[in-house]
Amino acid sequence: MNKRNLLLFGMVAALYVATGVFQSWNLAFNILNLGLLSAIMALGVNMQWGYAGLFNTGIMGFAALGGLAVVLTSSAPVPEGWAAGGWGIMAGLAFGVVVIVAGTQIYQRMAKGRARNLALFVVLVGGFFAYRAIFDPAVSAVESFNPATAGNMGGLGLPSILAWPLGGFLAALAAWAVGKICLGLRSDYLAIATLGIAEIIIIVLKNEDWLARGVKNIIDLPRPWPVPYEVNLQKSAAFLDWAARYGFDPVTASSILVKLLYILVFGIVLAVVVWMSELALKSPWGRMMRSIRDNEVAAEAMGKDVTRRHLQVFVIGSAVVGFAGAMMTSMDGQLTPGTYNPLRFTFLIWVMVIVGGSGNNWGAVLGGLLIGWLWLIVESLGPGVMSLVTTGMGDGWLRDHLIESAPHMRLLSLGVILLLVLRFSPRGLIPEK
Amino acid sequence: MRFCTFGRVMRQPFLIGEAMTGGYGSSDILHGCTIAVEKGEIAVIVGPNGAGKSTAMKAVFGMLPLRAGQVRLDGEDITALSPQDRVAKGMAFVPQTSNIFTSLTVQENLEMGAFLRRDEIKGTMAQVFDLFPILKEKRYQAAGELSGGQRQQVAVGRALMTQPKVLMLDEPTAGVSPIVMDELFDRIIEVARSGISILMVEQNARQALEIADKGYVLVQGANRFTDTGRALMEDPEVRRSFLGG
Amino acid sequence: MDILNAIVTFLNFVVIPATAYGAQLALGALGATLVYGILRFSNFAQGDTMAFGTMVTIFATWALQAVGVSFGPLPTALLALPVGIAVTAVLLLGTDRLVYRFYRKQKAAPTILVIVSLGVMFVMNGITRLFIGVEDRDFGDGERFVFTAGEFKRWSGLDEGMALRTSQAVTVITAIIVVAWLFWFLQKTRTGKSMRAFSDNEDLALLSGINPNHVVNVTWVIVAALATIAGVLYGLDKSFKPFTYFQLLLPIFAAAVVGGLGNPLGAIAGGFLVAFSEVFVTYAWKKVLGYLVPPEMAPENLIQLLSTDYKLAVSFFILIIVLLFMPTGLFKGKSG
Repeated sequence: MNKRNLLLFGMVAALYVATGVFQSWNLAFNILNLGLLSAIMALGVNMQWGYAGLFNTGIMGFAALGGLAVVLTSSAPVPEGWAAGGWGIMAGLAFGVVVIVAGTQIYQRMAKGRARNLALFVVLVGGFFAYRAIFDPAVSAVESFNPATAGNMGGLGLPSILAWPLGGFLAALAAWAVGKICLGLRSDYLAIATLGIAEIIIIVLKNEDWLARGVKNIIDLPRPWPVPYEVNLQKSAAFLDWAARYGFDPVTASSILVKLLYILVFGIVLAVVVWMSELALKSPWGRMMRSIRDNEVAAEAMGKDVTRRHLQVFVIGSAVVGFAGAMMTSMDGQLTPGTYNPLRFTFLIWVMVIVGGSGNNWGAVLGGLLIGWLWLIVESLGPGVMSLVTTGMGDGWLRDHLIESAPHMRLLSLGVILLLVLRFSPRGLIPEK
Repeated sequence: MRFCTFGRVMRQPFLIGEAMTGGYGSSDILHGCTIAVEKGEIAVIVGPNGAGKSTAMKAVFGMLPLRAGQVRLDGEDITALSPQDRVAKGMAFVPQTSNIFTSLTVQENLEMGAFLRRDEIKGTMAQVFDLFPILKEKRYQAAGELSGGQRQQVAVGRALMTQPKVLMLDEPTAGVSPIVMDELFDRIIEVARSGISILMVEQNARQALEIADKGYVLVQGANRFTDTGRALMEDPEVRRSFLGG
Repeated sequence: MDILNAIVTFLNFVVIPATAYGAQLALGALGATLVYGILRFSNFAQGDTMAFGTMVTIFATWALQAVGVSFGPLPTALLALPVGIAVTAVLLLGTDRLVYRFYRKQKAAPTILVIVSLGVMFVMNGITRLFIGVEDRDFGDGERFVFTAGEFKRWSGLDEGMALRTSQAVTVITAIIVVAWLFWFLQKTRTGKSMRAFSDNEDLALLSGINPNHVVNVTWVIVAALATIAGVLYGLDKSFKPFTYFQLLLPIFAAAVVGGLGNPLGAIAGGFLVAFSEVFVTYAWKKVLGYLVPPEMAPENLIQLLSTDYKLAVSFFILIIVLLFMPTGLFKGKSG
């Protein structure tokens, strides 16, 4: 890393330190954690954009799938719910997959014509109704069991960390399905389709209570090893001794220690992802990917299967996003489908990638840390700053409205930043080499 | 005493691209190439593949930046003008591909051809329909639905709507059947007879030279043979190299 | 078998709402498809343009209402439409000048333009939310119904009633007028034909002397009008909330893709196709079937293919089907 990049990272670090000193270390570390997670997501998106020029507007969905994985893996089992309809649901879903596969096989193997259309119609329509016949009763059985606190299938009760690769895997599955359909067509289509799949995923999460309790939310997701609970720390004699020795207030100290452990875990994951991304970039595969991106026509003429390469990148990048989404839900300890909105995820990550430097892994990390800090700082400081700015104005409707409007200003200013960077400095802070 | 200079000054061709040198990037495609056509004449550019035929014509039309050389129309230096400005000066260009508006009707294609004109265009359209009667028959049909030869007629008709002084055609018979090609060449002769100069790049060298008043054989971006069409066709060397004996 | 009641129920709960919704989607999709055809990128800011236009119209409507102007039985918002369209047109022309023109000059890849439109979308969204807030705004006035369900029942003597809301009637009539005008403009005027030519073959259009800036400017003005009208009609019919317009992006793009991106006729057909599919799939057919089959066979459960929460899934599904089998759409738009 050259001097300029070191300086940039240094400046971002200074921002975090300043937050810690002038506001609170709790806040600073909280922001840092979210910044690290955003940086990982930005790395995934950067892979898709920088290596293959793919515009993925469905980041929110892939992150939500990661969260779902955490629920499925680590939330407490609900044995009665599962017994009531769990197998029925699994059977229904498996049946659904079979119907789709059967449909694709018919389409591919039968000759074009009336017979094929009829067969497709029968299989797909009949299959749909049969699927509902299996699926619906199982769902009502599961959802009717104890809806106030459960009403879902329950998870496996396994350690949270195992959920992270599963999150990546679920996201990869969804990405594979979307990519298979849309890649090879015009690039706008991928953008529209990923927008759609993300919305669908969130709708499913919100409505299918048997899966993750829908909008009733799942709380009480266990902490990932090795991060302890603050209350446990505060009860532990060893910890209290240590805190007393250094004059730390146990409550704050436990809170900070927990955050520091998260930083460590996320930091390690980030480091691994960066290292693997850099390896990939410098590898023959990476060089080939970029040569394809720079001149697709020539690459195809040379016999490279461009669509397959794009699919690879799309799946891998989305898996990274899913992985980070799982980590985020683990840290939150709860899955709240309502918090997944396109602004916070899709749009914000894109600003990070573009501002940080599209096509450059370190740029994505820098963008993640910087824009993440900006986003959260404005959230906490915004109303205060706006109050200050409008002290001249008398109290009234306009002043109140402006102060309340801080979140919209945040949105507006990020949009303007994105447009400015795209126009005047499209290569970002750390350009692609 | 050089009387040849006298000769050159007195007999200015109507359209001339003189000693053109240039290319699209760092390397030149044209090397001091000269193409000219007189009023009401048909000039044909032939040569092997990659000889720079289309490039030479595009250079005359202003679609290629020239490092050296000049283009003059009716004595006026137009080297610095953009293609759109040259259209306003009376040049019309029919590209080889993508030369019609496929989703517009035949009549609308002709209307678009005359877009820059502010006067009444019905008369010109009637002339085009006289020249290409099949277009009148299909005037309300989408141009993209016509056959290859008919589409070429639409393309040429579109170009004629500006009442140009020079009509430039880039391989007008590419991909059409021999009968259609003959018909097209007949029409081109008719257009020339009405006083419009024709500059044409052609792959079908033999048939094109038959109707050409002037022929230019280009090789690797430079003039190799220049003479009347008939003379070129009878020249044994030309016949051997480019006309298949 | 009670066919009349079945038909009335069908009309009231399926056909009328789907037609109104289809008209709104068609107008929105027309805007998107025009931008695609002429400016050659998918405008992600389309939904929020609709929101912005509706917002300005709402402010103008409130102003008119405050001074006591009304439009009789029709919504006052219709009178305020010209203001909304004008301001939105200025916004779009300004955005083009400040943002998009730079990339056009550079001949930037379409993906870049889509990303830029994402930025524009968030700026527009932010502005709208800043000025009008995020809550629901009801700005309709005038007569609420052309005829109510009760009136219909009294007139027909049937058990089932059919209601026609003013907003639905206004939507369909306005859409017909707008579409008729747009087609006249594109088919019969010199500027309209030049826009079609430009969309068809840009190089040849430039060669013919068609001024690209003129075409682009006219396009943005028309898009502003279409988006504002669509947004206002949708807002009158349902209600105005900035976030809902973002969600309309998916059905609008699905409609434009189904019809063939760049093809105006296709956008209209696509709009109705998507709207009718959404309503058909999420409607509970129990009542209608109950009127059509003998009582022993009457269905017990709702007979609803998908719950209404899954409306977006219908547009998405349609989009996927089209992309799989006919990427150029029903009417052969551009796909490359």
